[in-house]
Amino acid sequence: MHDLTLAELSAALYRGETTSEELTRHFLARIERLDSGLNSFVTVTAERALDQARAADAARRRGEAGPLSGIPLAHKDIFCTEGVKTSCGSKMLDSFISPYDATVVERLRAAGMVMLGKTNMDEFAMGSSSETSFYGPVRNPWDRERVPGGSSGGSACAVAARLAPAATGTDTGGSIRQPAALCGVTGIKPTYGRVSRYGMVAFASSLDQGGPITQTAEDAALMLNAMSGFDARDSTSAQRPDEDYTVGLDAALTGLRIGLPKEFFDAGLDPGVARVIEAAIKELEALGARVIEVELPNTHLSIPVYYVVAPAECSSNLARFDGVRYGYRCAAPADLHDLYCRTRGEGFGAEVKRRIMIGTYALSAGYYDAYYLKAQQIRRLIRDDYRRAFERVDVIMGPTSPSVAFKLGEKTGDPITMYLSDIYTISVNLAGLPGISIPAGFAEGLPVGLQLIGEHFGEARLLNIAHRYQQVTDWHRRTPPGID
Amino acid sequence: MTDKGWEPVIGLEIHAQLATQSKIFSGAPTAYGAPPNTQACAVDLGLPGVLPVLNREAVRMAVRFGLAIEARVSRRSVFARKNYFYPDLPKGYQISQYELPIVAAGHTEITLEDGGTKRVGITRAHLEEDAGKSLHEDFHGMSGIDLNRAGTPLLEIVSEPDLRSAKEAVTYMRKIHTLVRYLGICDGNMQEGSFRCDANVSVRKTGEARLGTRAEVKNLNSFRFVERAICHEIERQIALLEAGGTVVLETRLYDPDRDETRPMREKEEANDYRYFPDPDLLPLVLSEDFIEAQRADLPELPDAKRQRFIAQYGLPAYDAAVLCASRELADFYEGAVAASGGQAKPCANWVMVEVLGALNREAKEIGQCPISPTMLGGLVRRITDGTISGKIAKEVFEAMWQGEGDADAVIEARGLKQISDEGAIAALIDEVLRDNPTQVAQYRQGKEQVLAFFVGHVMKKSRGKANPQRLNALLRERLGAG
Repeated sequence: MHDLTLAELSAALYRGETTSEELTRHFLARIERLDSGLNSFVTVTAERALDQARAADAARRRGEAGPLSGIPLAHKDIFCTEGVKTSCGSKMLDSFISPYDATVVERLRAAGMVMLGKTNMDEFAMGSSSETSFYGPVRNPWDRERVPGGSSGGSACAVAARLAPAATGTDTGGSIRQPAALCGVTGIKPTYGRVSRYGMVAFASSLDQGGPITQTAEDAALMLNAMSGFDARDSTSAQRPDEDYTVGLDAALTGLRIGLPKEFFDAGLDPGVARVIEAAIKELEALGARVIEVELPNTHLSIPVYYVVAPAECSSNLARFDGVRYGYRCAAPADLHDLYCRTRGEGFGAEVKRRIMIGTYALSAGYYDAYYLKAQQIRRLIRDDYRRAFERVDVIMGPTSPSVAFKLGEKTGDPITMYLSDIYTISVNLAGLPGISIPAGFAEGLPVGLQLIGEHFGEARLLNIAHRYQQVTDWHRRTPPGID
Repeated sequence: MTDKGWEPVIGLEIHAQLATQSKIFSGAPTAYGAPPNTQACAVDLGLPGVLPVLNREAVRMAVRFGLAIEARVSRRSVFARKNYFYPDLPKGYQISQYELPIVAAGHTEITLEDGGTKRVGITRAHLEEDAGKSLHEDFHGMSGIDLNRAGTPLLEIVSEPDLRSAKEAVTYMRKIHTLVRYLGICDGNMQEGSFRCDANVSVRKTGEARLGTRAEVKNLNSFRFVERAICHEIERQIALLEAGGTVVLETRLYDPDRDETRPMREKEEANDYRYFPDPDLLPLVLSEDFIEAQRADLPELPDAKRQRFIAQYGLPAYDAAVLCASRELADFYEGAVAASGGQAKPCANWVMVEVLGALNREAKEIGQCPISPTMLGGLVRRITDGTISGKIAKEVFEAMWQGEGDADAVIEARGLKQISDEGAIAALIDEVLRDNPTQVAQYRQGKEQVLAFFVGHVMKKSRGKANPQRLNALLRERLGAG
């Protein structure tokens, strides 16, 4: 039952072959049995889930069920959930019970989905390995000595280990796509502004975007249908009509122009990963696509630009965690200054503090022009690179990550190496474009992700290509050993 | 102040709280005086994940102000974050405008004491959110935080350093105060902090072109404090410079109890605000249509109204200025004139002396005046048509103030109708003359002063109702004839 996709579960529920309560109990039992070795959940909301499941079953009996009604999911612990701890993987929010629901949470609940719990993540979404969590590292279900990627590592791990049929994630520089790639699942980062950020704890506001992590592209389309759309509570939310992402899934790929940026196939790319990507491209050519080489000449600047813009925004976004109103507060502060220093010194982990310091520095008087302003200028160049490329191609493809999942602790001592694992994903956030990662094969027995990058609001096209690819391949149906 | 060859240079930063129903970036109400933290929603509390949404009404108000001071209203302005830590600043930053404010390069004219005018430049006016309040009493060594005020919309109005004395500064501040109330964008309530200012003060040798080092004086929430704080600061700086010292660029607080300014603690000051554009808010883009709709909707502004009062009603400049001090007062006056049948100057006198006097006596605003403009106009009408004398009219006014009805009702009920009938007045005169033969003789010997004695007695007999002009004429006639 846990191997079924959302679409299949939806059909099973529709035909009365199972109930939401049964499904929910099944997944709760799997979490109970398997998650101690994976650490993908921070909080499991079993009772609430069963209540929601029974309510979904009752709604179905009244004839009020939609395609996602009664299907369980997990939320990344960055989304505020009313009455449930929303920790963001940090000691700072270990005691924070959100008094409100994020828009994404609200919409998926309105669609009838059942929340199993909240998934583990890099602290405040800062990381590429899910090792910086206050709740300990998440493990890759394919090899527990390896990381699942990050920051949405808990969500990707939970879907890969079939602890949840779907999960939400957020992606600021690759945090949906990279863990999806490393865990062998499908993850889409929509266009900036497509999914409301209201209630999503902010890391870097101009880059953050929520999206689903699922087994298949079709499931991602179903989830996105419910998650996306204009939200008056988010001023950066796009005022566009809602789309049905499932409608064009089956469209033929004949004549599709695939752009391959040569910068994505440089010396930093693991040869095993490169072979998988080349094979995937061949598969798409067989479906009627045509390959064109394109240039994204400023790609090498995306990491330095990102590590100015994202820390700058985070240094300001995380200022609210001051021990005054909620969350962690140091014991017996001597005065206000001591309250601030110790609360933040004790409440934040090393990576978060590193980025707050980088960002504070970048915004400081005398450095602003050289760092923040310059970074914004280069960000425009990166966007222009993509615009030019999209004049010639329909979609850009390449690897999601330069390597397969690395070992726990392998990169924690060297932040730069860690940052480089997002080399192919970061520029997509800087340009505000949609990107999807889908399972495309294995290298050294570990999953490899193929990344597809689309034009602004081109999610439907990405899902269509991914879906067609998944109809002729079965990488997305492979499951890690030892999860049954 | 400009003694000993020193010239003060002053610029004001006025904070006007915009009179919106809800906050600038959230839907929480802005009403004053609610119990602590009852008017702060998730957004105002800076909870994780919340986002700001700009209040359209605040934008409309800022645009109206910009148009009223003939400023450049920015077609594109940008909200920026001003980052600093303080317990009553929930997000750790204040959303304000920095490089691209909504209003830039405006001006207004003030009337100086000598009757001349002066143009004061307004560098910019920008939208921002207010912080909450820290409460240091009643918390036993701790501080309480009230976030009701957090997120209240403010328009910060920054003048050029065009002001040259404390008096000019106050005149300018009053002018802006009048303007924002005319525009209906601020209630101007200074006790509640809806209208307050910081003053940038420096001095330089008369004739010197370069500006001296300035100090910023904060915490000025009354016209009187502005004047006293600036005076004090000017004197302090002159004394310092004359003693061979130098003025330090710093922020000072005005303490009204001790009538002095003193430096704020270093800690509160030493901030690098790390301004950067707020990524949660898109640049604010205004269409021509929106701006033109605001322009079309502007009320008559104080300067224009004053000019019109002088031209249309033939009022002296002083009267026009007093009557145009607020839109409500000007409307009251115009209502009275209409009801009086066009008695412009008498109405002006009645409003300025009796109405304002009575309001002042009872510490009331014009909006709380128990006499309506129509009632006052009716009273003036009864004076002009001779029904009552000006003296009786004051009695009628008091009765109207006490709620005894309009002028006609009071005159009727109290029997105050003026006696204009010559026969009746003549009968009273004859009676008085008969009773006072000595005085009649004195008058006839040329002692004209006794005329007042007769007038007084006749008035007394008429209980004040005799028409004074008729009385005078008849009295002279009778005495002459005798």
